Amino acid sequence: MPRQPVPLRQEFLKGLWDENPTLVQVLGMCPTLAVTNSIVNGFAMAMATGFVLICSNVVVSLVRKLIPNQVRMGAYMIIIAAFVTIADMVLAAQYPDISRALGPYVPLIVVNCIILGRAEAFASKNGVGRSLLDALGNSCGFLVSLLVLGTVRELIGTGGLFGHVFWGETVHPWLVMILPAGAFLTLGSAMGLINHLVARREAA
Amino acid sequence: MDLIFLFIASAVINNYVLTYFLGICPFIGVSRQLDTATSMGLAVIFVMTLTAAFTWPINHLVLAPYGLPFLKYVTFILVIAALVQLVEMFIRKTSQPLYLALGIYLPLITTNCAILGLALFMDLREYSFVQSLVFAIGAGLGFTIALVIMAGIREELAFARVPRALDGPGITLIVAGLLALAFMGFAGLGGTG
Repeated sequence: MPRQPVPLRQEFLKGLWDENPTLVQVLGMCPTLAVTNSIVNGFAMAMATGFVLICSNVVVSLVRKLIPNQVRMGAYMIIIAAFVTIADMVLAAQYPDISRALGPYVPLIVVNCIILGRAEAFASKNGVGRSLLDALGNSCGFLVSLLVLGTVRELIGTGGLFGHVFWGETVHPWLVMILPAGAFLTLGSAMGLINHLVARREAA
Repeated sequence: MDLIFLFIASAVINNYVLTYFLGICPFIGVSRQLDTATSMGLAVIFVMTLTAAFTWPINHLVLAPYGLPFLKYVTFILVIAALVQLVEMFIRKTSQPLYLALGIYLPLITTNCAILGLALFMDLREYSFVQSLVFAIGAGLGFTIALVIMAGIREELAFARVPRALDGPGITLIVAGLLALAFMGFAGLGGTG
């Protein structure tokens, strides 16, 4: 990579679409599926994950030359766990309702493969600036996919958004969509749609 | 009696994969063949039980009395990583065939959210030591059940005509959605876990 530097803009944009962590690379599935039963939960989750991803990517990039190769995974895990603890405590203190709704999925950010994946694949090999952009791009990509899934599921599952019901009694909400089964169905269909769009773009 | 309910609840009603979405990565990655899925499931049950047996005393005898709950996540993940490493070394010394059968899946268990999820749920629901062990075995069994069913379906799916765009993770997720719908039928059994 150092031979032919990628434009900085590209470093940010790749996480957003081409290498979208959830929809294209199929990483970080548990939070994607578990917390997207409403837009608010999805947004809070994406914010917490983004915070951890950005901080840990920067720190890993800063200490990448100090950590011996054999123990790097353990070191990354400890860095990530430390930031997750911060995120969890801030969330519990400032937004107790959201913290309760997300439950164990905030601490579970520790084992989110997106974060460890970016630390290992990118931050451990690149400078601080690029790692920051990479983390920002991936966080935005994650946010977009959580918002899309949250919107679709909340709209179909409850018949409204942000707790407001649009259609009232005329359209009966399809409750399954906010239950676990709906998460799998929505994400599966979203992936199918993206594959279809990509295939059509390549064919054209 | 409560323990039996806890066991059934953690195995099928609140199935780890299909209700809590824990351990989705191996669920999609390792569910291509029935025999690897079974090995993976057994390894997870084993590591889960050990995790419960180790994290409970650490949490209740060390972290809580000394007022260190903020170290919980760091401790849990280190304990799990160390345990997986030890189990791997132990299996390699004692049973070479089992070691070869599990292969790469054993170290991968460290980053399996199901294991950390187990430790977190134990803590969140304030289970006693015995309850934690029962919960661990039940949850591991639930994971194995989901994984084995999925592997069985995917072996058949290999011969089916799947729309090109859905091929791969897409169709796996949709099948998982249908499975989750089916597992909702167990909800009537009652109990939480």
